[in-house]
Amino acid sequence: MSSSNAGNVGIVIVSHSPKIAEGAADMVRQMVGNAVPLAWTGGDVDGGLGTNVAGILEAIAAAWSPAGVAILVDLGGAETNSEMAVEMLPEERRARVVVCNAPVVEGAVIAATESSGGSSLAAVKRSAEEFYA
Amino acid sequence: MSLDRDAREKLVRALADAMIQHADELTSLDQAIGDGDHGLNMKRGFDAVLAALPGLADKALPEMLRTIGTTLVMKVGGASGPLVGTFFMELGKALPEASARADLVAATDKAVTAVKARGRSDAGQKTLLDVLVPVQTLLAEGGDASSVAAEASRAADRTIPMLAIRGRASFLGERSIGHMDPGARSTALLIGAAVATLVSEANS
Repeated sequence: MSSSNAGNVGIVIVSHSPKIAEGAADMVRQMVGNAVPLAWTGGDVDGGLGTNVAGILEAIAAAWSPAGVAILVDLGGAETNSEMAVEMLPEERRARVVVCNAPVVEGAVIAATESSGGSSLAAVKRSAEEFYA
Repeated sequence: MSLDRDAREKLVRALADAMIQHADELTSLDQAIGDGDHGLNMKRGFDAVLAALPGLADKALPEMLRTIGTTLVMKVGGASGPLVGTFFMELGKALPEASARADLVAATDKAVTAVKARGRSDAGQKTLLDVLVPVQTLLAEGGDASSVAAEASRAADRTIPMLAIRGRASFLGERSIGHMDPGARSTALLIGAAVATLVSEANS
């Protein structure tokens, strides 16, 4: 987990595998440096492959930006747990977090690149989702 | 239906035991068509629920159900955490403290609808909804306890020939046919355990 710089849309990477999540975050950093708030989470609460709501909530908090947060996920459980986490956020934050329907690695890199140019949350989500559409 | 503290604790223990005792079976079902963690995940969730006893059973039934749901959401992992957790949370939200049968029918209807929304799914896709939906329908039609428990078990069996359309098993396409859905099985086990406890309480 790591984060930095506010202002631009934050990016959260959620994978069943902590190694994939961390690796994707490394690739994002290589592209955009510290220009976007970034956090990753992966694994179940016991450290096995899986995702967990508490970890996702922590990652959203770590990557928080007033411009919002875009979440990139890998497989089904990551998406369901991310949507659950979004619903558990305080009301004022809930509408500013989106789960993108995009491949996790490519989506994260594209979303972060879009965010680093100061784009809105909607534009960040759209660019991640359009790449493979 | 009104459950005293002792009955609420029995209900919690029965639900947890059903998952803990069948963890290996659920895992082996999930190894066939999923990622093989369902038994372990459900066990982890219900171990955490058990750890919340005895305080958990001090709560009124609606609040107890909501707490079970939140615990499952936070601990289970996988998609089952939010799905099964949402069922308990919504059931707790919708159920009045002293509930009549009509309240249970209305609350389970809301809870099943919430699970459909959470999973963007419905019956027919080889998931836990293939147990929840027919069982809720039977409950609404006036089915008694033993018929509800039997339907839960049969409904899980009926997922065997189904093609998975949602969830990890859908990646297997036609190879998902011929295996019982692990989520349907765990849901049927939970319903069976709940019914058995409620019947024994009603008779005691």
